[in-house]
Order: sequence, then C-alpha cells, then structure tokens
Amino acid sequence: MSVAQPLIAMPATARSRALKDRLLVGLLGFSILLTLGILVVILGVVAVRGAGQISWTFLTQPPREGLTGGGIYPAIVGTAALVLLMTIVAVPFGVATAVYLHEYTPREGPRLAWGRYAASKGQKGRVALFRRVLSAGLATIVRSAVANLAGVPSIVFGLFGLGFFIQFVGRALDRWTQPPGEIVWGQGSLIWAAMTLALLTLPTVIVATEEALRTVPPEQREASLALGATRWETIRRIVLPASLPGILTGAILGVSRGAGEVAPILFTGAAYYLPFLPHHVTDQFMHLGYHVLILSTQSPDVDATEPLLYGTVFVLLGLTFLLNLTGVLIRSRTRARLGGR
Amino acid sequence: MTTITMDLSNTRSRDLQLPPDAVVPPKIDARGVNFFYGTAHVLHDINLSIPEKQVTALIGPSGCGKSTFLRSLNRMNDIIPGARAEGVIEIDGRNVNDPGVDVVQLRRRVGMVFQKSNPFPKSIYENVAYGLRIGGLHHRASMDEIVEKSLRRAALWEEVKDRLGASASALSGGQQQRLCIARALAVNPEILLMDEPASALDPIATQKIEELIYELKDNYTIVIVTHNMQQAARVSDRTAFFMLGRLVEYSETKTIFMNPREQMTEDYVTGRFG
Repeated sequence: MSVAQPLIAMPATARSRALKDRLLVGLLGFSILLTLGILVVILGVVAVRGAGQISWTFLTQPPREGLTGGGIYPAIVGTAALVLLMTIVAVPFGVATAVYLHEYTPREGPRLAWGRYAASKGQKGRVALFRRVLSAGLATIVRSAVANLAGVPSIVFGLFGLGFFIQFVGRALDRWTQPPGEIVWGQGSLIWAAMTLALLTLPTVIVATEEALRTVPPEQREASLALGATRWETIRRIVLPASLPGILTGAILGVSRGAGEVAPILFTGAAYYLPFLPHHVTDQFMHLGYHVLILSTQSPDVDATEPLLYGTVFVLLGLTFLLNLTGVLIRSRTRARLGGR
Repeated sequence: MTTITMDLSNTRSRDLQLPPDAVVPPKIDARGVNFFYGTAHVLHDINLSIPEKQVTALIGPSGCGKSTFLRSLNRMNDIIPGARAEGVIEIDGRNVNDPGVDVVQLRRRVGMVFQKSNPFPKSIYENVAYGLRIGGLHHRASMDEIVEKSLRRAALWEEVKDRLGASASALSGGQQQRLCIARALAVNPEILLMDEPASALDPIATQKIEELIYELKDNYTIVIVTHNMQQAARVSDRTAFFMLGRLVEYSETKTIFMNPREQMTEDYVTGRFG
C-alpha cells in the first residue's frame, strides 16, 4: 500500500491522532472476527462430529445400554412438549402485562403525576389525578420487578419452582383432589417445569412487547378513538396487529432462550432416564439440555457416550435454530402483509 | 377541474356574538368555555355559535388555543392527562361535557381529520371500513357500498378503485389525507372537524382538499383549523380569530378579511404579525 504524500506536512499531533484512529478501527474489526471465529468453531465442531450421529434410530429410539447406545427420542418429545406448554403460559401473560403497562398506565410517571395532583388543589376532578398517581406508581413497581426478574439466576428459578409450584401448589392440589397418601401433582412434572420456565421467559416477552407497542404511532390510536372506537377496540384492532411482528420476535427470543435452559427444570420434573413418553402434564419427562448434562457427567463409558453427546447437542442446536428461523419467517411475512413497515 | 369561487354576494354582516339566526338554532353552541392543561389556562371564556352545513375556520397564531377548542368539540382532549374543560358546548342542544354523554357515540357524530395523515397500516378498503366494523356492521354488500360512497365523497374513488386491497401506506400524502377524510365520512358524521388538514401537503394536493371541503359542506357542518389565511378566505363561510386563548373576533369570513372590527384581527390577517 502506497502512502499518498500529504500536501501540507502533518503536525505530529495530527499524525498520532490518525494512527490512533486506525488502531481503534483495527481493534473493532478484530473483535468482530473473534466473535465470528468462536461461533464458527463451536458450530463447526458440533456439526462435524454431531451430524454423523443423526440417524433414524437415533431420532426415534430411547437411550439403551446405560447411556452408551440407542437414541434420544424421549428427550426430543419432552423438550417439544415443555416448550409448547411454556409458550402457552408465558406469551399470553407477558403480552397482557405489557399491554396493561403501556396502554393503561399513565405515561408521565409517578413523580410528574404527583406534581400535577399537587398543583390541582381546589379543582374539580382531583380524584382522577390521584388515581393516575397510584396507577403510575404501580407501573413503576411492576417495571422494576420485571427488570429484576430478568436478572435472577436461572437456578434460583428452579428452586422457586420446587418450593412454590411443587411443594406448595402441587401438595395443596393433592390434598384436595387425591385420596390421602396419593401424590399426583406434588412432584416434579411437565406442568411445573413449564410454569417455572414460563416465569423465566416472562421478562423477555414483557420487555419486547412493550417495546413493540411503543413503535405504534400515537396518531393511529388517536385516529381510531376519533372514529368512535373504545380503548380496547383500538388496542385489539390497531395497536396489537401493528406491533405483532415485534411481539412475535420477543416471544420467540424468550421461548428459544427458555428451550435451552436446564437449571430451572433440574428440580421441577426433568428425568434422568425415561423409556416412555409423557402422557399427562403430571408426568416426568426427558429433556435435550438435561440429557446433555447427564451424558457428559454420568456415563459409565465415556468413549461410547461421546458420539451420542455430540449428536444430542447437534439436535438441540438444530431445534433452537429452527425455532429462530420460524420466528424470522413469521415476522417477515407479517411485515410484508402490513405493507413494508 | 373545478375552481373554487367564493359566493359572498348574498352574505350580510351580523353581530356575531349573538346566535346568527334566531329561527335556526346553531349546530354547535359554545358558551363560557374555559380550558386548562393542569394549571395552564389555555382557553378563556369562549362563546361561539357554529351554524349547520357551513364551513367555519378557526385562525390565529400557534398556541392560541384554536386546536384545543376544536378537539374539545369531540372531547379528544379527554386523552390528555390533566386536561380539564369548563363551560357548555352544545351540539344540537346537548352539552357534550355532560357526564352522561357517551364519548364513543359523540365521536361517531363528530368526525375528525388530523394535521398529519394517519392511515392505519391496513388496506385502503379496511381503512375506510374500520369505523363501520367497530360499529358492528358485518354485511358485506352494504360495507362495499358505504366504502365506495365514502371514497367517492372524498374524491379518491377514481384513483384507488382498482387497488382497494393495496396498503394505504402506498398512497401519496394527499391521497392519504383524502383517505382519512373518507374514513371519517364512512361512519356518517354530522360534523367534520379538520385540524390543519392540508398543512403537510403540496399546493396541488392542498387544492384538492379545499375543493373537497367546498363540496362537503352541502352535507356536513365543517370546522377547520388553518394557519393559511388564503385557505381560510377561500373555503370558509365564517371565521373565528383566536389570540392567546381568547376569541378576539368571529364574523363572516368576508368581514374578517375585508372589514374587521378589531385592529388585532386586521394586523393578523394582513400578515403584520403571527
């Protein structure tokens, strides 16, 4: 590379600034390469060593011979059932919470709302202003609770699930519905694991949905209200459809994060080994992520298990990738339908 | 292309603080309207009678309260936190500020077109059909009929009749604004409020909107906020001049522009300030 002769000799400070600039750009480029490199190495190793393991038997047979043979069919079915149940619980609750927070609580925040209330001394309609203060306060509390929930380690969610869902809710259900001594609900099962995972994904869904609602211009809400629509009609027919791509993205992000989590299901229903499939929400289940943990720590014959391990990781990654791909496709199709917004 | 002609030949001056005609009651009658945003007092004791099936223009410098007044006619100010209205605004003799008034019903009678065209991210057809659907109309044939009629009234039908299923965002700015007018007309309002409907449009699109307003007044009572003096002079029958939250002068448009009573009005309409 030839360096062009500058027309005016650069002072030393300018030269060192230019050098610093180039150095920084180099560093930024290097960090990109590093990130990409790590991704390629992980995916590459898993793909090369895992893809060969994929066979009809591997995908449709339960594990055999003490984790050294057979397949992972129960784990695939268990993961799918768990993700489905978790989605059914987390997405409606998350979307409902976000809609309430964004559409039904005051935008101005509690401090400003209080200021308005305090300034309205002796005027009519003060009660409404005070209700706004309370509502804004509630919204602030819920928002910070959601933010803190997102920061809780997933193993703590697992312990919570064990303590609350199984020991408390499950045992109570058994007391009411089962003959004495029978335990149906008060043990680890699909439903409690799904509930625990739903709690874990809830913050992602709420934050993403609120973000999506924020992108709907207020002018469209005004237009709808001015046509004689109620607030709920405006939300259902204008706001939710317009923010659907964003909501779907958030939901899928949350679900695919939840699909790979192992810690929350350790104590709430994941089984070490089950030769049969779960038939009921109170059954235990196998799970791909948990199966990876078991294969890598509990095998009696490490060499015989290793190919199975790579195969399982490959399937887990493949399923997550498929989930993300579906999300992207749904989103781009919805965008196209809405007219390129 | 039709040209706009102002028919001012048979108008006569009246004292406009009184109801304009003792026999025909006004469509909208505002008496002693005060408006507050929190502690800010933005409208001071407004008295204004708006006659049926005429165009009434509200003019005045920015922040003078004309848009606030317009939005208080269909209670769109309700959604602004801390907003509070006092006084009486009667539409056909019924006070819209009454606690018993259903704002949903009120807004179906008093349509609104906004400054920035705000079509929904739906098809052209669905934009016009929106008000009908939330009103509970499901009959396909009558829906088609009303959509066509509304688009014709908004002078948009010929341009979009072959692509009703296309997204509204594909239309030009002027077409979008006429679509918003069609959308407002579809629910069959009696009054149409327009908040600077042409301020974001080019001169040709503006002219189309003005022609449209001129035709619509045969069937609708129109109240329009505008910053454009020529527009007020061209399209309106009566003009109200607002200043710092007060109604300074309200009269026949011809009087306001040719022979205003107040010096302030004359200064404003001749462009000496504002």
